[in-house]
Amino acid sequence: MLEDRMKHLALLKNRFHINATPQQFIIALAGNPNVGKSTIFNELTGLRQHTGNWPGKTVDNAQGTFNYFDQEFLLVDLPGTYSIMARSVEEEIARDFICEAQPDATLIVIDASCLERNLNLALQIMNITSKVVVCVNLLDEAKRKGIEVDLKRLSKELGVPVVGTTARTGEGLDELKETLFEVANNELLILPHKVKIDQSPDEPIDNAEDKTVIAFYQHAEQISRHVVRKTETFKKTLEHRLDDLFTSRWFGYPTMLLLLCFIFWLTIEGANLPSQILSSILFNLQDHLTEIFIKLDAPHWLHGILVLGMYRSLAWVVSVMLPPMAIFFPLFTLLEDLGYLPRIAFNLDHAFKKCHSCGKQILTMCMGFGCNAAGIVACRIIDSPRERLIALVTNNLVPCNGRFPTLIAISTIFVAGMFAPELSTFITAFTITTIVLLGIFLTFFSAWILSHTILKGEPSTNILELPPYRIPQIGAVIYRSIIDRTLFVLKRAILMAAPAGAIIWLLGNIVVGEYTLLQHFSQILQPFAYYLGLDGVILLAFILGLPANEIVVPIILMTYLCTGQMTDVESLSELKDILLANGWTWLTAINTMLFCLLHWPCTTTLLSAYKESGSAKWTAVAFALPTILGIILCATLASTARILGLA
Amino acid sequence: MNTNANTIPLPTLTQLNIGQTCHINTIELTGLLKRRILDLGIVPGTLVECVRRSPSGNPIAYHVRGTTIALRNEDADFIKVKL
Repeated sequence: MLEDRMKHLALLKNRFHINATPQQFIIALAGNPNVGKSTIFNELTGLRQHTGNWPGKTVDNAQGTFNYFDQEFLLVDLPGTYSIMARSVEEEIARDFICEAQPDATLIVIDASCLERNLNLALQIMNITSKVVVCVNLLDEAKRKGIEVDLKRLSKELGVPVVGTTARTGEGLDELKETLFEVANNELLILPHKVKIDQSPDEPIDNAEDKTVIAFYQHAEQISRHVVRKTETFKKTLEHRLDDLFTSRWFGYPTMLLLLCFIFWLTIEGANLPSQILSSILFNLQDHLTEIFIKLDAPHWLHGILVLGMYRSLAWVVSVMLPPMAIFFPLFTLLEDLGYLPRIAFNLDHAFKKCHSCGKQILTMCMGFGCNAAGIVACRIIDSPRERLIALVTNNLVPCNGRFPTLIAISTIFVAGMFAPELSTFITAFTITTIVLLGIFLTFFSAWILSHTILKGEPSTNILELPPYRIPQIGAVIYRSIIDRTLFVLKRAILMAAPAGAIIWLLGNIVVGEYTLLQHFSQILQPFAYYLGLDGVILLAFILGLPANEIVVPIILMTYLCTGQMTDVESLSELKDILLANGWTWLTAINTMLFCLLHWPCTTTLLSAYKESGSAKWTAVAFALPTILGIILCATLASTARILGLA
Repeated sequence: MNTNANTIPLPTLTQLNIGQTCHINTIELTGLLKRRILDLGIVPGTLVECVRRSPSGNPIAYHVRGTTIALRNEDADFIKVKL
């Protein structure tokens, strides 16, 4: 008996990377998307969870534990699906797990407001396993809509235990745990009413599958007729009014743009102060580190590499990157949980379809504004492999948080400076918006080119569900955005920035002949950079900034000022003087901004592209595409301006 | 006007006005798309209401079994309905 259990656990570990102890009950958590499955998961497991991937698949996997008295449970969150007939990777995972891992119980979460649709999945699962608990969630939402579900009757009709919950408030969760315990412990006799499907053996498989689904739905309708009572008729709710605005013919697009601007503004403004505080703390610590090195009488070069190189670039990346991400990602997650994002996809699907790509790509682009690496991971939501690749290789065309500070500084100094200073903020905002729109336009353009050349194909279908708007759970939003997104990205960036810092310090301090290596290299790059309307130093800074876009401006300053370590200046006017003294013109400024938008992705993003696409070739395309666009645009602008004698 | 009912083609989902309801008659699609549509509960006989158009008029959102599903017109054109 115990031996069997150990064998089974070994299978779980090998096949599904699930580490369960022999004492734990294993519970699979299944359900349609948007039924509050993750709320149930969070409420049950609290912080005792961890996330990863299903082995060999780019599909998220979350596991967590919870207790019912002394009994420990391991809860495995299956991908949210409408069916388990194994027609997509997600469905395959859900089906394989229920069939092969044979969990001690499968918890099926269904939405009380749309029982029929949800029962389809429940009935399918009940046809392959009897150890099932059905959880009717979102009872409060259903009540507001005037929908009541007779849970006792539902249990009778299905032949399995049914528990009603409102996961947001924790209502019903104790009963749910108790029922799970009873089912896993074989204390309840469960006889699920299986749907019989009459199939003649000579019928084509396609027809048979259609018949199966139709049979499931007929059964679901029947059950639903017995257990659902609707007391209220249709009335125009807040949700309808919101949708009227968000998807309006006239206001739909402007609302989207305004919301995007508002999020940028909040991120930039909000990150200012924490960034300053973080950098003063971290650079203070650098002075202390230096003191320690002096006390220990450490050689100059060791102090240079470790403190002035590695530590300083780390401090830089953390203080510039962490605060905006810690603001942007929660805001984004908030919109996600609120249910606004599917509306954006709904609004823009048509434009993407024209480029033969997927409407959901806009969601990956929105994510890319926070961080392109996160944007690339988000491409998982796109089903068609061809369209997923398009989204993946074009993601870098939207500027991430790491590039915004550079764009803002240069546009404030040069573009806004050309006009009246009192309009400065407005003109900066306008310039940034123009750059963002250019990025979006180039995304469409590249998607079109790609789908007519190396990623040829017709647009696949895109069926979108527009879930009801829901008030997000703040705790879950913060947890998910900070742990899953912010820290994940920061960890990858730090891994890249530290070694880069050491190299940059060496380049800035090894003197060959009269100049440092940094100066030599920028001299070598000068002719090509001039052709792009930049200078050798700027181009070199972008190359050395490969690990993280945040360090581009500090490297430029380090080279101009020959300081030997990455440098920041106190004010924008000081920055302006330095840049002008080094020959910057309006053309240099515009082209630096263009090149900032259009150049190779940072190493963190490239790493994500490689992991998600699993291919060096597509990672190379993700590298080359924005770079080529940047070179063409910058070179065209520079030579046009020079021919016309404007620069 | 032709009086023979058989020759009048059935209307499709995309021909519904906003707020109009219908019953699904046939789904003349194939492959994965048909599976997805069936999975979402759009099967022959289902009551469907057209709820809203996206700003460009495509896709269109439909109310099906308590949920809202948006379909591209190119796809919904192959779903025949009875008004």
